Amino acid sequence: MRGIASLLTRDLALALRLGGGGGIGVAFFVLAVVLIPLGVGREAATLARIAGGVLWIAALLAALLSLDRIFQADFEDGTLDQLMLSPLALEQVVLAKSIAHWLTTGLPMVVIAPILGAMLQLPNSALPALMIGMALGTPALSLIGAIGAAITVGVRRGGLLLSILVLPLYIPTLILGARAVEQSLLALSPWPALGLLAALTLFSAALAPFAAAAALRINTR
Amino acid sequence: MDLTLDNLACRRAGRLVYRDLCFRVEASQAAALRGPNGVGKSTLLRQLAGLIPVAGGDAQLGKASLASNPQGFQEQVAYAGHLDAVKSALSIGENLMLWAGINGTDAARARAALARFGLDAIAARPAAQCSAGQRRRLGLARLLVADRPLWLLDEPTVSLDADASALIADLVREHIAAGGMALIATHVPLGLGDIPTLEMTPPDAAAGHQGDPFLAGAWA
Repeated sequence: MRGIASLLTRDLALALRLGGGGGIGVAFFVLAVVLIPLGVGREAATLARIAGGVLWIAALLAALLSLDRIFQADFEDGTLDQLMLSPLALEQVVLAKSIAHWLTTGLPMVVIAPILGAMLQLPNSALPALMIGMALGTPALSLIGAIGAAITVGVRRGGLLLSILVLPLYIPTLILGARAVEQSLLALSPWPALGLLAALTLFSAALAPFAAAAALRINTR
Repeated sequence: MDLTLDNLACRRAGRLVYRDLCFRVEASQAAALRGPNGVGKSTLLRQLAGLIPVAGGDAQLGKASLASNPQGFQEQVAYAGHLDAVKSALSIGENLMLWAGINGTDAARARAALARFGLDAIAARPAAQCSAGQRRRLGLARLLVADRPLWLLDEPTVSLDADASALIADLVREHIAAGGMALIATHVPLGLGDIPTLEMTPPDAAAGHQGDPFLAGAWA
């Protein structure tokens, strides 16, 4: 347990220090959403209708942008080899690193989403569904992304390949997240979509550590 | 406890790197690994660290077999390769403390290891400012915060000065005096005296190209 805590705090420290790229994902999220009214126009009805989808797509892309940070640097400087020899199981390493990625990318997006939602004229009644949806769904983005990051870890400039691999896997999260917001806009219950979103996150939490660890073992040969 | 290589073989992307390696390192013994560039010294060390699968034969470390129980084998091994696994954004002290934390050893031992390698005075300095030799020392200091009986060292004295090279020899002597083992790939004399040596030679060319690399497991 202490080993996992050490690794987690290290990953957080590295992400937040100079060159770690911890704030990049969130900054991208904010900028992408701010651009939407400039392109679509400021008509409240239009913005409110697309707000949920726009926020979720921006969250997807922001998560994607920082995925290669999860394993790439550790692979290149030999840290990954040492982690494989450490008393921690590689599956635990993957989980700790995915959590660190979520804490530096997903969590800030959850916090800032209602502000951006209000900016896109999203009615207050839809904000809880947006925030709960983000809190339940963004961990799945980090976990599924970790699988893609592990598969492409040996590829130089693998960012583009990573996007192509991972984006299709993000589709269910996007549909359910946007659906929850849409439902509450229509004064319907968002809970079926939110429940499925939670199920998706739990499923990826169960699957991703094993899938990503298997990919890492092949890539460090 | 001892390390026994029994007809060990390794393939990378279907190419035979070596086969029929037989060697024995007994408890309280250090051994050197020699051979020309590209013969597979680093590959052998990585294989013994459990990072490359066994393609034939086996290696035994105590009761653990590398072929059938790679996890149990890996847990007894400390590996110092060409990459030092040093994070530039962390300070020298933080780098080593992290590994003490991951390995479950206490901070006092990490401090002692820093002092031993002459890094205690600069422990607060960012690792980005380290020289190549200081990075190497920091990488090797990790050996002292893990309790592993077998040390696999890949050219440990590269970029080290004479004092630090002598320190490595001292540490290896202390490690084997405490019952440990070491297998050290090197091109230079280590100052360990007359130690057993595994001399690696390239496999005969014909054997390496037999069969289809795809069927031989290049895809796995």
